Amino acid sequence: MAASLLQVENVGKRFGGFVALDGINLEVAQGERVGLIGPNGSGKSTLVNCMCGTLQNETGTVQFDGHAMNGLAAHQRTHRGMARSFQLPRPFPTLSVAENLRIPLLFTAHTRSGRHLTQAESEDRCQELAGLVGLAPKLHRLPRDLTQVEMRKLELARAIAADPKLLIADESMAGLSQSEVGDIVELLIKLNERGITIIMIEHIMRAVMAFSQRLVVLVSGKKIADGKPDDVVNNPEVIGAYLGQ
Amino acid sequence: MRSFFFYLGSLLVGAAFFAFARWLGNDYLFFAGYTVLQFIVLATAWNILGGYCGYVNFGSAAFFAVGSYSSVALHKLGMNVDRYFPESLAGIAKLILPLNVPTLIIIGGIVSGLIGLGTGYLTLRLRGAFFAIATLALAVVLQTLIVNWDFVGGSRGAYIIRPAEVPFIGHYIQYLFLIMLVLSVVAIAVARIIEQSRLGYGFATIRDDELAAEACGVPTLKLKLVATTISGALMGMAGAPFPYYIGYLEPSSAFGLAYAVNSIAMPMIGGTTSWVGPLVGALLLGIIQQVATVTISSAVNLLIVGLLLVGFVIVAPKGIVGLVQDYMRGGARTDGTKTWRSRFAIFANMRPGAR
Repeated sequence: MAASLLQVENVGKRFGGFVALDGINLEVAQGERVGLIGPNGSGKSTLVNCMCGTLQNETGTVQFDGHAMNGLAAHQRTHRGMARSFQLPRPFPTLSVAENLRIPLLFTAHTRSGRHLTQAESEDRCQELAGLVGLAPKLHRLPRDLTQVEMRKLELARAIAADPKLLIADESMAGLSQSEVGDIVELLIKLNERGITIIMIEHIMRAVMAFSQRLVVLVSGKKIADGKPDDVVNNPEVIGAYLGQ
Repeated sequence: MRSFFFYLGSLLVGAAFFAFARWLGNDYLFFAGYTVLQFIVLATAWNILGGYCGYVNFGSAAFFAVGSYSSVALHKLGMNVDRYFPESLAGIAKLILPLNVPTLIIIGGIVSGLIGLGTGYLTLRLRGAFFAIATLALAVVLQTLIVNWDFVGGSRGAYIIRPAEVPFIGHYIQYLFLIMLVLSVVAIAVARIIEQSRLGYGFATIRDDELAAEACGVPTLKLKLVATTISGALMGMAGAPFPYYIGYLEPSSAFGLAYAVNSIAMPMIGGTTSWVGPLVGALLLGIIQQVATVTISSAVNLLIVGLLLVGFVIVAPKGIVGLVQDYMRGGARTDGTKTWRSRFAIFANMRPGAR
């Protein structure tokens, strides 16, 4: 097995009396494609938020690339190579597509390369990223001019612009048509082939099965299954959690 | 090259106005012009935090007053060296004090900048109405402190007797006008540099979506501190020469509602997304208020501001810049050739959409 990139140990998070995460353990290897599923309210997004620093976990530790992440702000984790896309696309509405892609290049790219990109390099990289996700013709348009699927692609392209080691795609396919889902899965696999480790949170099982090399299931803040996709979807506990006992 | 034309143009316009006012021989033009220029600095400073970052500051008058009162305190120290300094230090103090107005502006900027930094630090987690209320509270707290600080005159106020003439320039008001002219060019240059830099992009992401900004690696808390400090410092710099302009400074004039309201209204009317907005808003509102002061009454000034603000919020929520930017940006030809309109859009930093 490849070296471990992300280690989540005994992570817990409560919102008042509600236990959102209850001692979650998760290890993700370098280059792996992991699917994270679970019913609504199972704690998937809370786990992502704790990993990315949007929320701070109350118990347990998050280790990324050999470094402890606890206490680090979200932007510091992005600088270390952890990027995410949001469940609902959150483009910067007053910036063009190119400018949206430029933000991670301006604020993150230099942290690992050790130097800021020149204007020309930055423009080339924006072109390249937009080309990768099929947004090149709309590079100078505003996010409001994009379709739903283009918005999702922008969200992914912006996350990739941070040159991440780990990409967490939080429900990148919600509300998309079948062919659009296919496009995004294809894109994520293409990114993985470029060496980016990916955790995909998704409800669309067809996409999850097509993408994942490993599947993790959360229910009520607990991990109930972790293994090969075919084994996990036939696990009686998982079937019970989704369909009811 | 664009920056060169910007600075050259600013200096030429300023020099032309100065020469015109001197040729007319009417000092009132300098008095009125000073107020308009002061509002350009205040509006530009407010816009750095309020327009670029989306953090509405209702406490502009407090930062302005801090600059004014730091000048009053230093002026009083300078005028009474023997009284406030021990004999051993009086000799050295007399070499330094009283300070000239440009130095007082720098000190006022530093003091207000530090207060801006402190305010930013204390209100880091607040946003929207909560941040606005916190800045309003800051103004009330500072006004209470000044009212109870006898050294700067407390509630009685303080007199500043300024020299009548300045060598090579003439009347003192002309000297103050020149200083405020330079300060407004500096303020606009700072805003313009910010807009075109990495900092400007960072501020825009804070205004649009802080959570997404953090996810993109933008250190939002640090940038907010930078914005509150720069904005506070420029407001303090605008306030520092004010005691010399007005001659008698009391808390109610330094902390006046007009400063807080105008600082917000001018960028809102001009447009908050480009450095041109506060400039246009301050020129428009400032000139209208000066004309109203001499033709009707100074009491109608705030009414004019209020009515214009309501009108613009309804008719042109993106301000005057918002009204013209689509026209300006639309000037580029399909083959990519630039026209005067598209060149102006680039010069004025009229980015796509609302920016």
